[in-house]
This record gives sequence, C-alpha cells and structure tokens, in this order.
Amino acid sequence: MANQSGAEAAYAIELKGISKAFGPVQANKDINIAVPKGTIHGIIGENGAGKSTLMSILYGFYKADAGQIFVNGQLTPIPDSQSAIRAGIGMVFQHFKLVQNFTVLENIILGAEEGQMLNTSLTKARKELERLARDYDLEVDPDALIEDLSVGHQQRVEILKALYRQADILILDEPTGVLTPDEADHLFRILKGLKEQGKTVILITHKLREIMEATDNVSVMRRGTMVATVKTAETSPEQLAELMVGRKVLLEVDKGTARPGEVVLKVEDLRVRDEHKVERLKGISFEIRAGEILGIAGVAGNGQSELLAALGGMQAATGTATLKGAPLPLSGAGSDGQSRRRSGIAHVPEDRHHHGLILDFTAWENVAFGYFNDPRYQKNALFMDNDAIRADTERKMAKFDVRPPIPTLAAKSFSGGNQQKIVVAREMEQNPALLLIGQPTRGVDIGAIEFIHKQIIALRDAGAAILLVSVELDEIMSLSDRIAVMFDGRIMGFRDPEKTDERELGLLMAGVTGKGEAA
Amino acid sequence: MDYATLLQLLDSTLRLATPLLLACLAGLYSERSGVFDIGLEGKMLVAAMCAGAVAFYTGSAWVGALAGIAGSLVFALIHGVTSITFRGNQLIAGVALNFLASGMTVLVAQYLFGQGGRTPPLEGAARFNPIDLPLSETLKGVPVIGPFYHEVISGHSILVYAAFAIVALTWWVLYRTRYGLRLRAVGENPAAVDTAGVSVPALRFSAVMVTGVLCGLAGAYMATALQAGFGKEMTAGRGYIALAALIFAKWRPIQAMWACLLFGFFQALATRPDIVEGIVQVKIPVSFIEALPYVLTVFVLAGFVGKAIPPRAGGEPYVKER
Amino acid sequence: MDRLPRWADVALVPFVSLTLAALISALVIIAIGQDPWEAIKVMVQGSVMNAYGWGYTLYYATSFMFTGLAVTVAFHAGLFNIGGEGQAQLGGLGVALVCLFLPWPHWTLALLGASLGAALFGAAWAAIPAYLQAKRGSHIVITTIMFNYIAASLMIFMLVDVLRPPGKMDPATANFPPETHLPSFNEIPGLNLVFTSGVPANVTFFIALAMAVVVWLLLWRTRLGYQIRAFGKSEPAARYAGINPTRIIMITMLISGGLAGLMAINNVMGEAERLLGNSASGAGFIGIAVALMGRNHPVGVVLAALLFGFLFQGGAELGLWTKIPIELRTVVQGLVILFTGALDMMVRMLLTRIFALFRTRKLEAA
Repeated sequence: MANQSGAEAAYAIELKGISKAFGPVQANKDINIAVPKGTIHGIIGENGAGKSTLMSILYGFYKADAGQIFVNGQLTPIPDSQSAIRAGIGMVFQHFKLVQNFTVLENIILGAEEGQMLNTSLTKARKELERLARDYDLEVDPDALIEDLSVGHQQRVEILKALYRQADILILDEPTGVLTPDEADHLFRILKGLKEQGKTVILITHKLREIMEATDNVSVMRRGTMVATVKTAETSPEQLAELMVGRKVLLEVDKGTARPGEVVLKVEDLRVRDEHKVERLKGISFEIRAGEILGIAGVAGNGQSELLAALGGMQAATGTATLKGAPLPLSGAGSDGQSRRRSGIAHVPEDRHHHGLILDFTAWENVAFGYFNDPRYQKNALFMDNDAIRADTERKMAKFDVRPPIPTLAAKSFSGGNQQKIVVAREMEQNPALLLIGQPTRGVDIGAIEFIHKQIIALRDAGAAILLVSVELDEIMSLSDRIAVMFDGRIMGFRDPEKTDERELGLLMAGVTGKGEAA
Repeated sequence: MDYATLLQLLDSTLRLATPLLLACLAGLYSERSGVFDIGLEGKMLVAAMCAGAVAFYTGSAWVGALAGIAGSLVFALIHGVTSITFRGNQLIAGVALNFLASGMTVLVAQYLFGQGGRTPPLEGAARFNPIDLPLSETLKGVPVIGPFYHEVISGHSILVYAAFAIVALTWWVLYRTRYGLRLRAVGENPAAVDTAGVSVPALRFSAVMVTGVLCGLAGAYMATALQAGFGKEMTAGRGYIALAALIFAKWRPIQAMWACLLFGFFQALATRPDIVEGIVQVKIPVSFIEALPYVLTVFVLAGFVGKAIPPRAGGEPYVKER
Repeated sequence: MDRLPRWADVALVPFVSLTLAALISALVIIAIGQDPWEAIKVMVQGSVMNAYGWGYTLYYATSFMFTGLAVTVAFHAGLFNIGGEGQAQLGGLGVALVCLFLPWPHWTLALLGASLGAALFGAAWAAIPAYLQAKRGSHIVITTIMFNYIAASLMIFMLVDVLRPPGKMDPATANFPPETHLPSFNEIPGLNLVFTSGVPANVTFFIALAMAVVVWLLLWRTRLGYQIRAFGKSEPAARYAGINPTRIIMITMLISGGLAGLMAINNVMGEAERLLGNSASGAGFIGIAVALMGRNHPVGVVLAALLFGFLFQGGAELGLWTKIPIELRTVVQGLVILFTGALDMMVRMLLTRIFALFRTRKLEAA
C-alpha cells in the first residue's frame, strides 16, 4: 500500500488511470503502475505496446488525455519536461538528445544553467561532473565533443545530464539497443550503483534477458494496457513472454528440413567503410546455397545493416562476390540497386518507412518501387502501363492477404503489418534467386509475423537462397538452416540451429568465442 | 592608386558594408536558431520605408529608426508564426515576405506622399548625420594613420559604429551567455533543448524577433543615413548579399564582419570602375565587379573554400517525436 | 489529425487560401483609401471583358505557365528552384543569339531553333546549381538565388558591352529579322476574327499548353517521372530502389531550367522581338506562386497561370486608370505564396476543424 500521508512514501512513482490516444490509435488505456523507491523497475512489452508513450507522458513530453501522476506520494501534474525535471525525473531517450558539436560540459548544463553567464555554470558543472564520475563510475572527458564519443559514452552523458539535474528517478528507454554486450553490462553495473545510492530506475525494454538480469520488479504491457506487475525473482522468461503476447508463444515455425542445392551467393572478404571512413564490415566471407536460409544474428549495429546495404546495392564495398558463379560488382558500375534486381536479388530492407516504401505513394506505385523498369510494367518504349501495375497489385494483395485490398490507397494508410506485407509481396513475387531480408517482422503484429515466416519458408522450399538478418534471436533460431553470428563487423562463427542454444549464440554476439575458435 | 583614393575607397566600403553587416547579423540569430531566413531583403525594405516616412513626419531620425524596427518586427512576426507556429516552409515564407515587402512599401509610400513610391528627401535631424570622432582634426596631420583615422574611421553616422559594436555584442551573447548556448543548441538539435525543459518555439521566436530588430536597423540605415529617404526597391538585393556573407562566414559573427567588409569593398569598387581599370590595366565591366559577391558565395557553397555547414536543424520545423 | 476529403484537398484548400489572399488585398486597398470593388471592376474590365484585354492576359499567362511548370517539375524532385528568373533571362539570350546570328527562312523553323536555344541556355544556367547540389551538397535554393544575380550582371554585360549595336544608347540587341516574327493572335486565321487589334499573345501560348501536357505525361506516365517523384519523396528510399540521385537531380534541373528558358520565346521572340534588359521581368518568381497555387499539378499550373495573367493585366490597368499603384500585384503575389505555400498547414487545420464540427453535428442529429 502506498503510504501517502507519511513523510516517507513507499513509491517513487505512481501512475493512476493514464490514457493517451493518437488520433484513432489508443496508445495507453487506463494504465496503473507503482514503482517502489530505490528499485530497478522493468517495463516490458512488444513493439507498439505503449511503453515509450507511457514514459514520455511521465517525462512531460506528451500530455495524457486522462489520469494522475504521483511522485513520492505527491500528486504532481507534469505538463512539460521542465516540470518533470523539477520533480526529480530524468530520462534517457532511445535516440539521444545531445547537441553533436557541443562539448560534454555544454550538453550537461544546457537548460540547467546557473544565471545568465556561461562561465559560472561551466565551472560549477565541471566540479559536479568530477564528483558524479567518482560516485557512479561514469567517467567521461568533459571537454570532448559529442560527435567524437562512442555510443556508449554518449549514453553516459545522457545519464550524467539527468544526475546533474539531481534526478532521483531515472527512466531509460531501450538503452541497450545500440550498445555492444560489453557496454550493456557496464550500463547495468552503473544502474545497480545508482540503486545502491537510493535512486529509482525505470528500465524500458523488449528483451527478456535484460529484465531477468537487471530488475527487481517488472511490469508487462500489451496493446496499450498494463497486464501485470510481478517480482522478477518470482517469474520466468516463459511467463513474461506469454504475458507480453497474450497467449502461449514460442513461435515454433513449421518447417521441413532444408535441401540445399548449388551455391547461389559467395562472398569473400567483404569490407565497408562509412562516410567517416570508419570500417563497419571488416572482411566477411560466407556462402548461401539454393534452398537454404542463412540467418545473421547479432546486436544491432555490428555490421548487419552494412551487409544488407552492400549486397542490396545501396552502399559501395570492397572484396569479391559471385552470384551463381557470375561476378557481382561491389562498387561502381553494375553495383546499384537496379543491377541487383536485374541479376535476381530481391531485398526486403530493415527499415520499411525509410527505404522499403514511399509512404505518400499509393500501394500500386509502391508495388512498382524498384521494379519500374520491369518490362511487364511498360506500355511501350515511352510510357509505363499503370493499369498493368494496378492489376498486379490486386493480385499480390490477394495472395498476401493485405488489408484493405485497395491498390489506390496511400501506403501510409496501412497498418505496420500490412505495409510489411506489401514490401514482402513485392520482393518475394519476383521469384528471386537470392532474397535479402532484414528485420522481417519488426513492428508487425503476431498474425502477420506468422504469415511472413511461412512465406519465407515457402520461398526457401521453392529453391531461393535467403539471407535473413534479425536482432530477434528467436526469429533467427526458428527460421535459419545455418546461423552466422556477427560482432563488430566480423562473423564470429557459424552454428547449426539444431545444435546450439541462446546462451552460446549470446556469447558469440558479445564477441566471446568459447571453443578457442579463431575470430 | 594613391593613398587618398584608397582612403576614399575604404571610407565607402565602411558605409556600404554597414547595412550588409546589420542584415547579416540579423540573419545569424534566426538561422542559428534553426529558422532559415531568405526574407532579410523584405524586412530591410519595409524598415527602410517605415523609417524614411516616419523620419520625414517627425523630423527625427531616431523616431524613424524605431518605426523601421517596428515595421521589420511585424514581418518577423509573420515569418515566426508561419514557420514556427504553423510549421510552414521557411524558405517559401521568406520568398512570400520579400514580395509582400516589395509591393507594400511602394503602395504605402505612394499613398502617403504621392511621389511614385518614394518618400520626400530627408534633411537635418531627420537623417543620421556623420559624427566626428574625438581628435579627428588634431590627428589629421600624423602621417599614414592620421588621414586613415580622419577619413575612414571618423565621420560616419552612429549606426555604422553601432553595427560594429553589435558584432562584438553578438559574439559575446553567442559564446558567453546562457541565451547564446541555447540558441546554438536549438539550431543544432531542438529535441535536446526541448527535453532539457526549454521551450523550442519561445527560443526560436525570440531569435526571429532579434532578426527583426537588426533588419530594422539595417533598413533605417539605408533610408536615413546612407541615403536621404526611401526609394522603391532601394535595398537592391542587399538582403541576399547579407545572406551570402552569412554563409561565407559560416554563421559566425566575427567572420561575418570580415565577409561584409569584403562584399562592401566590392560594392565600393563597383562605384569606381576607373580605379579597377587603373590597377589591372584592363577594362573590367562594372557588372563583373557587382557579380563578385555572388560568384564568391557560390564558390564557398561548393566547398572550395572550406565546407559551409549550416546549423543542422535549420530549415526544418520542430515536431516532437521520441 | 483527421484527414480532409479528397475534393476538399484538391479544390477547397487552394480556394480558401486564395480567398484569404484576396480578402487581405482588399483590406490593403481600403487602407490606402481606395475602393476594392472599384478595383476589381477595373481589373476585370481591362483583362477579360474584351479581346484586347484577353490578348494581354493570355500573353502573361503563357510566360507564367512556363515558369510555373519549371518550378513544378523541380518541386516533384524535392528541389526548390528559385532560379527561374535567371534561367528565363538566359533563355532570352539563347533566343537572341539564334534569331540574330542564324539565317531563318520561315518563322516555323525559327521557332524551332529559338526554342532549342532558349531551352538549352535556360538548362545550362540551371546545370551548375544542379551539379553543386548533386555532387557537393550545396543548397540549391541559395545557389539559384546567387545565379539570378549573376545572370542579371551577365545580361547587363552582354547587352551593354557585347550585343548592343554600334551607335545605339539603350542596352538592348538589334531588332530580330522579320523572318523570325511569330504570329500574334490577331494574325492567326480564325483567331483574328476575335482579336482584331494587335495583341502580344502569340503562338507560344499553344506551346505552353502543350508543355503542360508533356509535363503531366512525364511525371505520371513515364519511368523518369516515377523516379523523379520517388526521389522527391524520399532520397534514402530512392537509393534503395536503385535510383541514381545525381542523375535525377541533374535531369530534373535541366528540364526545369529548360522550361524556364522556354519562356523567352514568348516575351523575347513573340513580343519584344529583340532582347532587352531585365527581360523576364519577374515572371521567373511568379512561377513560384503559380506552382504553389496550382498544387504542383500541370492542370493547376495552367489555371493559376491564367489567374496570374489576369492579375498582371488587371494590375496594369489599375496603374493606368486608378490611384492604386501597379505594385498591388506584387502584394497579391506575395500573399498567394504566403497562404498557398507557407501557411498551407494553417488552412488545413482550419478546414479540418470545420469538417470535424459538421461531422459531430451530423452524429448528434442522427
């Protein structure tokens, strides 16, 4: 029970009856949650369950349509971020809110300056920063520019920003998504240190492992509602997963054994540098056979995106690659997306909003996206045959059960799952020799996930070679015929999904090669 | 070219650089806050008309300058409401304001004075007159430095000195004050400012208002100091040259001053083609000298003279997102 | 936010924007002590109530169609081409060189040659900003503004120091040979029954209409147009689809500059019959208003160009017959750009509220 009358309230945060709608979408429905002081409290849920919305309301970034917020037992309206900061709440967003060309110190005092002049603030902040670094193991160079810092260090700056504002309650939104396993471990040590100093931490994540590892209590959200709050010690990953999804899961995919044929794609010593000349792929070699799914496991940001981009013709690379024995150019002429499609490579990109679709275009225009040169879509040498594209779209929509099946509707009007189905239908229906598919089910509801998984298997059985990239280990394990684990731009090793487990893959993903295998 | 001619040239450089400099600094505030402003020209023009008209009626250049600032502020406010409140396209808003200014100034001036869109000539206290700096006459005899002080430094209107003082002030505000820190931050990453509990719209509006004030001074200088009254389209693209100078200076105040002096120098040269011809021994068409600031700016934009990277959030209306 | 019905989006939004612009213009006229009703009567009388007025209205509209289409094409690729003015002036130079220095047996051939010259010169003037945008990331808005000024200086130089006939004072070329004379409406059989006195509108009008059709076909019926529109919506997505950004930026700007340059066959070849200073006289900028008003669709552009033709001719009449200065049309131009281009969101929000109000009323009534 909350002790609201006493000087010491038991709960750092209590939310009562919080609701929030974005247009027709109800992101939060009558949410109640209580976070005991001095604990690490996890909030877990699928994509789009409403976790981030809830925390953004707590930080005054959004205004709730209904409900009350209690901080330390006091009713505290939080209309804006300033009020949240005053109430002792700090937030580390998934996408950092830092000024790239400012120093660490400048970022830390921004909005929390002492008086009109900068000098006094900077001097004070420098001292305070030294103290915080000592107390919480948060070393960072105060005069470094943010753009020169690693992601892990940038995150530390965000935490320091909150602590500098004397936050007692710290919210972290999906903090490990961009971190290497090492950095993630360090983060959890920092969080435990904060807890020991009496701070309250709210950790938002969709990863069960992190919840089990780092939290005291955990609240589960599903489709905008709060399903349960339990003590972490008294629950299991299986139970949490079931609560998250609302029914028995582990998505066991019904698939027969693979019958690999000839080698379709062979890649040797593939290297990619980003625009800052930093090497993101450090010599990758592998091959995929017809009728085989090669799954790439790894923490986001370890080179998987670059691998897809290089093979999909979006980014120049070095090394050699062959497709069915014919050389596949990795840079210059013949390495663009059009050439790739002509040579029989289809690509479902990781990010359908930024790459896979033009949201303002209609569904039928999107079905021709990337395939506008396809002879079937041309009326004559001059004009495209829009009627033919519309007819083709209707056919694909029916086959992939896209709802609503209206080709003239704008892509942005479809739900995430149906948008993804449009992309998947477009690419798979090309009957490619090789399918590159990244995060096939990100932000997609359970029904569509199962459908898309079935299609991937069907395409494999029809003899396509498939390169599957996903940060969801479950997905990799259930779909792949072989698994390659990537870490820091390299492949750490190949595994047979039948003969490995999450623990072994997790170690490889952290860059640890258990059996003395060469990296 | 003899020393006296050089001094003359530098003297007109200062006079011609002043409106550029004021407009350039004006643009610096707005653009640093993330609001691109190609409407500097229009704000200057409106200010010039208001200043010219009111100075004529009141006989006071000072009241005229205030009126100029007020006129420019109205336009700045429209720009702010359009591009901050309603998140409209900042560039299109700027273009619209320039046309609005170009037409409105003539309409109003014609209505008030009936002289084909001009104000009557201003005299006496209705203009900002040259000020002789202390010891100007005394030091005149000192070789080299004396004439320089007398001819170039001394003998300008108060607004010229104000413009250069504002350079120093702007530097100080930008790099030494809380406001400057927030201003620089909001143009780079408004989300950082927002999550730090500072209102992005308020900050941007304040910057756009400062832009209005400085454009007001620039316009007032045009009508009541550089020339004696307002004339149709009298700013003649100075707003765009100021914009060019701002890019040339990579959005920094001290460099903006040098850029404006350089472009002012070109404008001074364009009025004296005989000098140019004397130096290079070839007849250079005046139009070439007039085009120099623009050509130079294109070179800067092309990254041949170091890369000009605008404030990262510039041109984009701020929409909250996680 | 609820969405507007399609008909409201296509027709009502521009209509409301235009009404707002007209209302404020009326207020401006009242403020300078004149009668807006009288003004509109004079404008209508002088521009659309007789063939002579139409001859001017359509002449102006022809120029605006070209520059409006130029802005439209660039907009679809996400490029804001403010350089139409300079490109149109260079187009004029192209026309002048073709007409003055090449022998032409007949006006039809001269028209072909001059069109080519106009488009080439206009395109060339757009090519450098396009290249700098594509290869070096220089913002095309700023570079095209700079190129407008450079064009103005270049034209002064060409007219004063190069093309001016010896002994002449005014900065202009010699008159074009009579073989290059384009038929005006009063010289075209059939049309001359309506247009009995000399008017500046000429055959170029039909070329402008044809260009509107061509632009429509290009954008919505060809692969190139598809790629232009896709690139304009999302550059990263275009890259994924294998659309080459450099190629699209270059081609789009060449088309855009070419269209702006083509305007010169209307005013330089069709009307002045020699090249004068400031030949584009602001039509390049009006193209921005026309494109915004026309919602970046060729049909809309043609209608908006007619409207601005009316505004331009009517504005000139105002200058002649009333105390309202001709500059009123610049004010209206600014207001139209402001409301249709920059305050689009405000108008939409307003209409969405009104629609939502009606919807709830209907629900309550039911």
